[in-house]
Parts: sequence; structure tokens; C-alpha cells
Amino acid sequence: MFAFLVKRTLATVPVLLIVAVLVFLLLRLTPGDPAAIIAGDAASPENVAKIRENLGLSKPLVTQFGIWFGNLLAGDLGESYFFKMKVATLIGQRIEPTLALSFCTILIAVLVAVPLGVLAAWRQGGWLDRALMSFSVLGFSIPVFVLGYLLIWLVSLKLGLLPVQGYQRIGDGFGPFIRHLILPSVTLSVVYIALIARVTRASVQDVLSEDYIRTARAKGLPEARVLISHALVNAAVPILTVIGIGIALLIGGVVVTESVYGIPGLGRLTVDAVLARDFPTIQGVILFFSFVYVLINLLVDLSYLLFDPRIRY
Amino acid sequence: MNLHKHLLRGCAVALAAGAAMGAALAQQSVLRVVPHSNLSILDPIWTTQYMARNHGYMIYDTLFGTDEKGQIKPQMVDTWEVSPDSRLWTFKLRRGLEFHDGRPVTGEDVIASLARWGKRDAMGQKLFTFIARMDSPSPDTFRIFLSEACGIMLDALGKPSSNVPFIMPKRVADTPADKQIEEYVGSGPYVFKRDEFKPGDRAVYTKFAKYVPRKEPPSGSTGGKIAYIERVEWNLALRDAQAQVNALAKGEVDIIEQPAFESYAALTKDASVQIVNSNSLGFQYMVRFNHLHPPFNNPKVRQAAIAAFNQDAFLKAQVGIKEYYKSCPSMFVCGTPYGSTKGSDLIGKSNMKKAQDLLKASGYDGTTVVVMKPTDLASITKLPDVAAQLLRQAGFKVDLQSMDWNTLVGRRAKKDAPAAGGWNIFATSWVSPDVWNPLTNAAIGSAGEKSWFGWPTDAEIEKLRDQFAREIDAGKRKALAEAIQARAFEVGTHAPVGEYFNPAAVKKGVTGMVFGPGNFYWNIKK
Repeated sequence: MFAFLVKRTLATVPVLLIVAVLVFLLLRLTPGDPAAIIAGDAASPENVAKIRENLGLSKPLVTQFGIWFGNLLAGDLGESYFFKMKVATLIGQRIEPTLALSFCTILIAVLVAVPLGVLAAWRQGGWLDRALMSFSVLGFSIPVFVLGYLLIWLVSLKLGLLPVQGYQRIGDGFGPFIRHLILPSVTLSVVYIALIARVTRASVQDVLSEDYIRTARAKGLPEARVLISHALVNAAVPILTVIGIGIALLIGGVVVTESVYGIPGLGRLTVDAVLARDFPTIQGVILFFSFVYVLINLLVDLSYLLFDPRIRY
Repeated sequence: MNLHKHLLRGCAVALAAGAAMGAALAQQSVLRVVPHSNLSILDPIWTTQYMARNHGYMIYDTLFGTDEKGQIKPQMVDTWEVSPDSRLWTFKLRRGLEFHDGRPVTGEDVIASLARWGKRDAMGQKLFTFIARMDSPSPDTFRIFLSEACGIMLDALGKPSSNVPFIMPKRVADTPADKQIEEYVGSGPYVFKRDEFKPGDRAVYTKFAKYVPRKEPPSGSTGGKIAYIERVEWNLALRDAQAQVNALAKGEVDIIEQPAFESYAALTKDASVQIVNSNSLGFQYMVRFNHLHPPFNNPKVRQAAIAAFNQDAFLKAQVGIKEYYKSCPSMFVCGTPYGSTKGSDLIGKSNMKKAQDLLKASGYDGTTVVVMKPTDLASITKLPDVAAQLLRQAGFKVDLQSMDWNTLVGRRAKKDAPAAGGWNIFATSWVSPDVWNPLTNAAIGSAGEKSWFGWPTDAEIEKLRDQFAREIDAGKRKALAEAIQARAFEVGTHAPVGEYFNPAAVKKGVTGMVFGPGNFYWNIKK
């Protein structure tokens, strides 16, 4: 176990290194000039050139990489070209909304999807199963922004129950915090409910045909115990994998939902940085995302140990 | 027992009333604004971005300002004198001017601020070609000594748009002009809450209690800048057009600075919303040619393109709401002191037959024209489509290339041939003061590779612009501006393709919007 942890931790180093080099090169090779963007529409070519010089963008690529990588090794992700703020500070400002939204979304998704998936597998071919499959198709098909606008129209504008936009930090009170999170989380969770419910259904369905399930039922165990303790636990590995991937995707990619609900999260920061060619911020955010992906994968792998005693690291 | 109940009930009522009052007061003292874009750079001298300019107006003050009719009026300056030979200007500051850190505003602060601005702003650079030296004989006085008389002193010091000569403390203004300032202390009506600034989320400004407003009523960037609101919050996260409309309808924001044109239909139907066009001079759309490369290195080809550009076609496609746009053949904005039709026949009476004839006569060889189209900037994204279609009809071969605005901004700075990553045409828009005279209008400048992107070269235009800068007589300046415009159309520096307005959507109950060429948040009551 310890050896596995050390091995996996060390394996992250080359991954992050490759990501760092690739991101650095790709950004410099794609069109766009941060200096011209900073200078504004009416700036003269001379001013643009001065800003470029000042940002160090006139230096050779190798020198630029050396400076950035040297700072990175010292734990410094650099400073945003635009905001005059450390990239780590910017990420710190944006991480709370993204983590809160991701956590709430996945919580709703798991609480709804897993029981639904188990019940659908249990009553395969029944009305619940067919309804769940129909909902899955709908959940996968409906664009997030359409669902978002529909929910805002109904819940916020017509019924006046929840705010239409914005984010309140948890430090400003739990009530406003949760009120601002409900609609975006529900909007985002629909696709994950569809995904997790389908995987749960398929996985539990496979397990339900196993001999030990028949044995458990023959022993007279209550059906609920059969489903939860015997079927669901043994079907957990693929479900956990999907949930893990879901969390990773949510942390890195909820731009549309953040836009529709005006949430200042990491997704919006990434898009803004990409559009503005804010190289240090893009590099920092992508390295951060890579680290999160690696970490979540590791945690998912470790979680298998809890559900499947046959797995050994 | 009954008394006990009454007391409890009374306390509950008092508490509820107190809470309601507190909530109402808190509600009244905060103005929530959705600005037209994100605020990323906080130094309004380092960049020409309009958001940085608007941020500047919140926290800094200016020596002079421009009122809603385009007239220059004193702001921080109390009185001023000009020597008989017009070479010595002596300005006296108003009493009681103070920076947010409690220090008084002095002539030394003004001199340092002007020196830094004069290195960045095009009009400032021009003004400084006349300035021999500046000094401050006493804390409330500063003098500008000119090497020769010029006619742009007040126009430059009172210019309302980027870069505005904002006055900063000397220690801040001493920052090299090519580096961003890192301290945001002004003497304007609001204090910037640096600790609450979260880029992409919100910017917060609180009332500066010690600000001394002028006695005159507010108009444009002049007059009494009275902050009736305790706190102004810019919501920088709310950038989706529909989400903005929803938030205004629900009362979660008070002002949408520049709604998307598509949003006006919904906004005008909402009884709780008023549409306020506080910038009556509006904006100008412009199509720019690259003068360095074929086919637009040929003035006859540029004239053919200008003749093809029917302004109504651009305006209908891009704005679409009749009352929010108007055709105007002037390069200097209709309704302003230099607005004129002189020499504008090509664009004023544009027709396709004439364009086709001109193109044929130019010897155009079928070279492909690269038109850059920004897909992410809703306010101008349709202009290149119209330009491309009109050019095709005139006989041009067109390659319409889509990209995001910031790719376009980077690419337009490239002087390479279009086939090697350069370009031929792009479209943009300007707030009126940026283009309303021959010196602020960047597209008129024709000093070759030193000019604004597109790099036209024309010695006559430059000579006339120089004369314009030197001329003191208003009538002669008007005549020079007309001559410059006529020559610019002849050369085909660029094509103005119409003017438009983008009124704010304001929650009813919010009053006192200041009219003028910009977005100003003083004088507003809620």
C-alpha cells in the first residue's frame, strides 16, 4: 500500500512536467498577443511593443521557459499579466465557488442516481426502469444552458424562490450560500444523475445475476439487504470510477453553468485567461487541474480497497 | 401574563421593523452595476481599455472635463490664465482637494501625472511636443511653459476618453509609463476597495466623504460629482446577456451598462425597467484597411471599397433597432464641433455601381482580401459579414476568417502579408470622443508605420494635423478639420460605417444618471 502510494505520487511528477512543457509551448505557438490586448484598442504600435518588452515576451522562448520553470520549482506559479496578482491568489479566490458547486452537484447526483439505478436494476423492464432510461436520454440530450434558463425562469422569475445569479461565500452565511447554489447544482446534476444512474443500473444488474445473490435470497435475507449489502457494494467499483471522473470534470469544466448563473469560478477564470492570452494564469490553472485529476484518480483507486477486498496494491 | 405577551409582541414588531429598516437602508446605499466588460487592468494610463477608463473616473479626478455637449469645463482647476503670447498657462487648483490617503492634491502631483500621461496618450504626446517645461510655484498652482503656442491645451487636459489625464499622487505617477501602477489612490468621488477586488467577480467602490464637489450641476465628466450612494459594486461575473436581463428583472442588479441589442425587446417590455441613453453622442463603427499590402495599398481600391460600404446595411445587421442607429458620413461624429460632410461623397452616397466602376478602374487583379471577424464580440461581430458581402458584390475576392477578438487584436499588429498571417480588413467601434477630432481619431493618423494599425502614409494629412494642433482660432480649426477629413476620404484611411447608441437598462427608482460621453456613477440616487 505504502509502496503504491509512493509509486503513484512519483508518477505524477513526469505527468505534470509534460503538461507544463506542452502548455507553455502551445500557448506561445497559438496566435494572439497579450501585449496588444493589454494596451487596448487605441494604443499605438510603439506602446504595444513597450508592453511586450516589459512582460518579457520579447525574450527567446527558451529563456522565457527557464524563468517560468525556475519560479515554478520554487513554488511560484507566476503573476497574471493583467491583474497584477499572483496566479496562486487568483486560483485561491476562485476555488471556493467551483469546489462548492462541484460538491453540491455530485452530492445531489449520487443521492438521486444511485438509489434510482439500484431500483431500476431490481425492477428491470418495469415502469421505473423505463422511466429512468427515458430520463437518462433526456438528461444527456438537454444542453445545460437550456435547462439553466428554464429553471431560472420557473423557480426564480415566476415563483421567486431563489436568486437568479451570483455566488455567496460560505463565510457570509450558510443560508445565502446554499440558496445561491441550489439552482446551478440542480442544473449541472441532471447529466450526472443520468450518467451515474445508468452505470449503477448496468453494474447492479450484472451483479444481481451472480450465484451469491441467489444464495443470499435463498437464505431469506431481506431484499433491501440483498440489494445494498450484496449487490450495490459489489457493483461499486465502476460507479466510483464514474463519480471520480465526474468530480474531476466538474472542477475543470463548468464554464457554461458558471456563465449562466454568474458564478466566479475556476472555469470562468480559465476562459477569461485563454481569451486574454494571460499566459501565467493559463499555465497555472492547467497545472492545477492536472494535479487535481491525478489526485482524484489516486483517491478513486484507493477507494476501491474499501469495496473490493480482492484488490491489493 | 397579558403584559408579558404585549411586551414580547412589541419587541418582535420593533425588531422586525428595525430589521426591515436596516435592510431597506442597506438596500438604498448600494448600487449594483453590470459593467460592459471585465475589469482586468487597474491603470487607466497604461491601457486604453474603456473599463480601466471607467474605473479611473470612479477614483480619480481630472483637471478639466467634457460636458454632455462636448464643451471643455474646469474640474479640479479653479481658475487659469494664459499669457498674451499664449505660451505660459497658469492654473490654480480648487481649495480642499484631497487624495483618499488624506494628503492634499498639489501642483507637484499634477505635473507628475501629466508627465506620465503624456508618454502614453496620443494627444498627450502631441501636447508634450509643445511643452518646454512645467513647474509648481506654490502647492495649489502649476504652470505649463510652451515652446510655441498651441490650440489643444484644454482639449487635451479635458479629454473624456482613453487615455484620460487622471491626477494621481506624485509617488504613484512617478511609476515609469511602461509599467503598471500598484497603488490605487485618487482624489475622486469614490475610494477603490482593493481588499474587496476580485478580478472576474466584483469591484467595489465606497463614497469618499471628503470629496469636495463643484457647485455646477453634473454634466459629462464635469460639474458636481456628488456620491449619494455609499457603495457601488460592479458585478464582473455576470456577463451572459440573458442572465443580465434576468438579474435586472429580479432586482438583483440596478443597472446594465450596455445590454446586448437582442436584450432590448425583453427589457422594454419589463415595466420595472427604464432604458436610459446617457451617452447621446454614442459610438462610431469603423472599417479599417491595411495600407501596407495589396490590394489596399492602392488608394483607388480603398475608394472602391468605401463606395461599396452602405452604412445602413452595417447598422441594420449589427444594431437592428432603428432608433438606436443613424447613418453619418463624418469621420468626426455627427453633432460634434468637427462633424462635417466635407469630402464624404463616397460613403455618403455609396452605391454598388460606382464601387464596381472604381474597382475596375483601379486595376484590381483579383487578390484575395482577408477580412477578420471576431466571433466573441457581440457588439461588432456582424460588421465583417456585411463588409465581406458588400465587397464581393463590388467584385472583390474575399476570405472571411473567424477568430476571437483577442486573436484579432494580436494579428492586426502584424505587418506581414495577409497570406503570411497578416490581414487586409477589420472592423471596430469607438466611443465618440475617441474619434471626434483629428488628433484623438487614431485612424486618421497617417505617419506610416508609426500610425495606428493599418499604417497609412500621407504627408498632407500629417501636415494638416500639425496645423490643427497649433491653431488657436476655433473657426480655423474647424476648417482644418474639414480639410483633414476631405483628404482622409481621398486617401481612404478608413471607412466610418455608421453611428449607434447602446442605452443602459436601469431599474425604475434609480435616478440621476449623468449624461455625457462615458459611464459615470456619481449623482445617482436609489
